[in-house]
Amino acid sequence: MIAETGHFALILALVTALVQFALPLYGAHRGERALMGAAAPAALAQFSLIVIAFLALMHAYVTTDFSLANVWENSHSAKPLLYKISGVWGNHEGSMVLWVLILALFGSGVALFGGNLPLELKSRVLAIQGSIGAAFLLFIVATSNPFLRLNPPPIEGNGLNPLLQDPALAFHPPFLYAGYVGLSISFSFAIAALIDGKVDAAWARWVRPWTLAAWMFLTIGIAMGSWWAYYELGWGGFWFWDPVENASFMPWLVAAALLHSAIVVEKRNALKIWTILLAILAFSLSLIGTFLVRSGVLTSVHAFAVDPARGVFILMILCVFIGGALTLFAWRAPMLKAGGLFAPMSREGGLVVNNLLLCTACAAVFIGTLYPLALETINGDKISVGPPYFNFTFGLIMLPLLLLVPAGPLLTWKRAEAWPVIQRLWMAALATFAIAMVILVATRRGPWLAPFGIALGFWLVLGALAELAERIALFKSSFPVSWSRLKGLPRSSLGMTFAHAGLGLAVIGIFAVTTWREEHIVAMKPGDHLSVAGYDVTFLGEAPMTGPNYTGDAGRFRVMAGNREVATLASEKRRFQPGGQETTEVGLLQAWSGDLYAVMGDRMNDGTRAMRIYFNPLISLIWLGTFIMFMGGVISLTDRRFRVGAPKTARRLQPAAAE
Amino acid sequence: MRNLFTAFILLVALASPLRAVQPDEILPDPALEERARALSTNLRCLVCQNQSIDDSNAPLARDLRILLRERLKAGDSDDQAVDFIVARYGDFVLLRPRFTPETWILWIGPFVLLLGAGALLYLRRKRPEETAEGELSNEERAALAQRLGTDQP
Repeated sequence: MIAETGHFALILALVTALVQFALPLYGAHRGERALMGAAAPAALAQFSLIVIAFLALMHAYVTTDFSLANVWENSHSAKPLLYKISGVWGNHEGSMVLWVLILALFGSGVALFGGNLPLELKSRVLAIQGSIGAAFLLFIVATSNPFLRLNPPPIEGNGLNPLLQDPALAFHPPFLYAGYVGLSISFSFAIAALIDGKVDAAWARWVRPWTLAAWMFLTIGIAMGSWWAYYELGWGGFWFWDPVENASFMPWLVAAALLHSAIVVEKRNALKIWTILLAILAFSLSLIGTFLVRSGVLTSVHAFAVDPARGVFILMILCVFIGGALTLFAWRAPMLKAGGLFAPMSREGGLVVNNLLLCTACAAVFIGTLYPLALETINGDKISVGPPYFNFTFGLIMLPLLLLVPAGPLLTWKRAEAWPVIQRLWMAALATFAIAMVILVATRRGPWLAPFGIALGFWLVLGALAELAERIALFKSSFPVSWSRLKGLPRSSLGMTFAHAGLGLAVIGIFAVTTWREEHIVAMKPGDHLSVAGYDVTFLGEAPMTGPNYTGDAGRFRVMAGNREVATLASEKRRFQPGGQETTEVGLLQAWSGDLYAVMGDRMNDGTRAMRIYFNPLISLIWLGTFIMFMGGVISLTDRRFRVGAPKTARRLQPAAAE
Repeated sequence: MRNLFTAFILLVALASPLRAVQPDEILPDPALEERARALSTNLRCLVCQNQSIDDSNAPLARDLRILLRERLKAGDSDDQAVDFIVARYGDFVLLRPRFTPETWILWIGPFVLLLGAGALLYLRRKRPEETAEGELSNEERAALAQRLGTDQP
C-alpha cells in the first residue's frame, strides 16, 4: 500500500510539474498574474509529492520489502541500516528519484525565497524548472519505475554492491546530484532571461548564490568520490580520469567559469551574453553527465545498443533541453544589450582569460571522454584515451590559469596597469622561487616536476594571501587597523581568498603525491618487516573475522617510527554475502607528512601474502584544499548582498557599479 | 546498468580491488623493472573498464605484464616492446593514443579551440573609441541637467 502511494505520488508529481511548466509560462506571456501565481504553489506541491514517493521507497528499503523488484535487486536483509537507506539511491531507479527530489527541492527554494524577484522572472524560472522535472519524472515513470511489484516476493535479495557499502559513498550521490541539479537553477534563470530579453546586475546577483551552492556541492561530491576511490578501491590513486569522474568534473569546471563571469555581469554589466551561454552549458554538461552514467554508453557503444530504451529517452531529454536552449539563445541573445567596456588588461579581461582557460580545459576533458565513442560510431575503430592524454592536455591548459590566478584579483576594473600588480606580488613570487630552489636542492635526483608543481601550489597560496594582505593594509598600517579592515572585508572577497588558497593546497598535494609517492610490492610472511618513508612496518599476521554481512581475513601491521610504536594498521579482505564478492579495506595511517597505506593482497603459493605498502606524501592536502575551497564558498554565501532584497540592491546598483 | 556507478563497479568487479603487480612478477633488475612499470601504466587492460595493466588484477593483464617484461629482458627498446604488444592487440591497448590522422582532432582540438577562441576574443573586443560612450549628446546633457536640477552638468 505504501509503495502504491509512492507510485501514485510520483505520477501526481509528473502532472503537477506539467502544470508548473504550462500555466506560469503562459501567464507570464499574457501578463496574467493569477496564472503566474500558480508557479510557486505548484513547485511546492511537486516537491511534497516527490518527498512522499521518496519516503515510500525508503520505507520499502528500510523494512526490506522484497515484493518490490527494485528492493529485491539491490538490497539484502542482513545489510546494516545505513546501507539500507543509502541503497535507495545506490541503483538506477532510486537514484533518478533522488535526482528529481533534489531538483524539486531547488525549485521550491526559488518558490519560497524568491519573493523579491520580479513576478514574471520568477514564474518563468519556475516554469523551466517544472519542464525539467516533468521530463525526468516521465523518464522514471515510463522506463525506470522503482515501485514495480514482484509476485510472489522472493525470500532474500541480491544485495547492494559491497563497494558501495561505505560511508563516504553513501553520501557521495546526494552531494553530487545537488551539484548537478543546482545548476538547473542557473539554467532556468538563463532561459527566463532570454525569454524576458533582459539581463541585469540584479539577475546576476540572483544567479550567483545558486551557482555557488551548486559548485560547492559538486566540489564536496567529487572530493568524496575521490576519497572513496582512494581508500576503498585500494589502488592508492585518487583520480583516474574515468569517464564517470569526468562526467562530474566537466560541470564543475564550467560552473567555476560561470561563477567568475557572473561577477562581471554583477559589477560591470558586461559579458552578459557569454554568462547566459555558460549557464546553459553548465547544466547541459550535467545532463550529458547523467546521460553518460545512466545510459550504458560508457561501457561500450554496443551495450547501449542492446538495451537502448533508457539511453534513448535521456538522449531525447538532452536534445530537447540543450537543443532548445541553444536555439533560443541563438535567436534571443543578439537582442541583449551589451554592457560596460573594458581594456584587455583589466579585471574584466582577467576574468575573460579565466573563462577561456577553464572552458577549453573542460573542452579537453570533453573531447577526451567522448572521442573514443565518436570514433567507434563513425568508423568502428576502437581507441583508448587514458590518463596520459588528460594529464597532458588538461595540464597544459590549466598551467597558465594557475599561474595567472594570483594576479587576477589585483587588477583594477576597466583598465589596469601591470606595474602595481607586480609591486604587490613580487614578495610572493620571490618566496615561491625560493621554495622551488630549496626543493630542487633537497631532492636533487627526484623528478623535475615536483619542485615546479609544488612551487605552483605555493604561488597560489601566497598570491591569495598577498591579495588579502593588500586589502587589509597589513604591515602598512598598525595591526588594529588591519584587523578592523579584515572584519570589514566583504565576505565574498574573503571567500575568494579561501577558494584560491585551497586550490593552491590541493595543487601542492596533487604534485607531491604523484611525483614523490613511494611504493613497495612484496611477499611477506608474519614477522617480516619493511622500511617505508622512515617507518618500519612489520606484518604481525592475519586472523579470520566476521562482519554483519561479510566474512574475511584481517591482516595486522605494526608501524614503528624509530623505537616508538606509532600505530597498528589493519587491512582486511572481505567476502560479502551473497555472491562472495571481495573487497579490500586499506590500513591507513594519516599524518601531515603523508599517508602510510597498507593493503593485504592475495595469498601466494608459498604461503606468503602479497603486500602493497605505499607512502603517499602530503596527500591530505588534496582533501584539505578542497575543503577550504568549499569553505570559501560557504563564506561567500554569507555575504551581505545575497541576504538583502534583490529589488533594493537593484536600485542601489547604479552607484555601486562605478566602484 | 542497474548500479549507481556502473563504470566504477565494472572496473572493479572484473578485477577484484586489489593492486595488480604481484611480487613474483617483479624483475630483479630495478632499472628494467622501472621501465616495465612506466610502460605498463600506459597499456590498457583489455578486459577492464579504463584500467591500465599496471592497476588491473585480471589474468590477461598479468599475462601482458609478464609478456612486456620478457620483451624487455630480451633486449627490446621501450618502443619495440610496445610495438610488439600493439601489433597483437591493436591501438586499443594504448592509453595514450598515437598521433595519427584519426586522432589529430583529439590531440590538437583543445589547443586549436583555445587559440581560436582567444584570437576571436581579442580581435572582436570592443574598443572604446568605436562607441560614443565617452561623450554625451546635447539632448543627454540637457536631460541630465534637468534631472540633477542644475544648469551645469
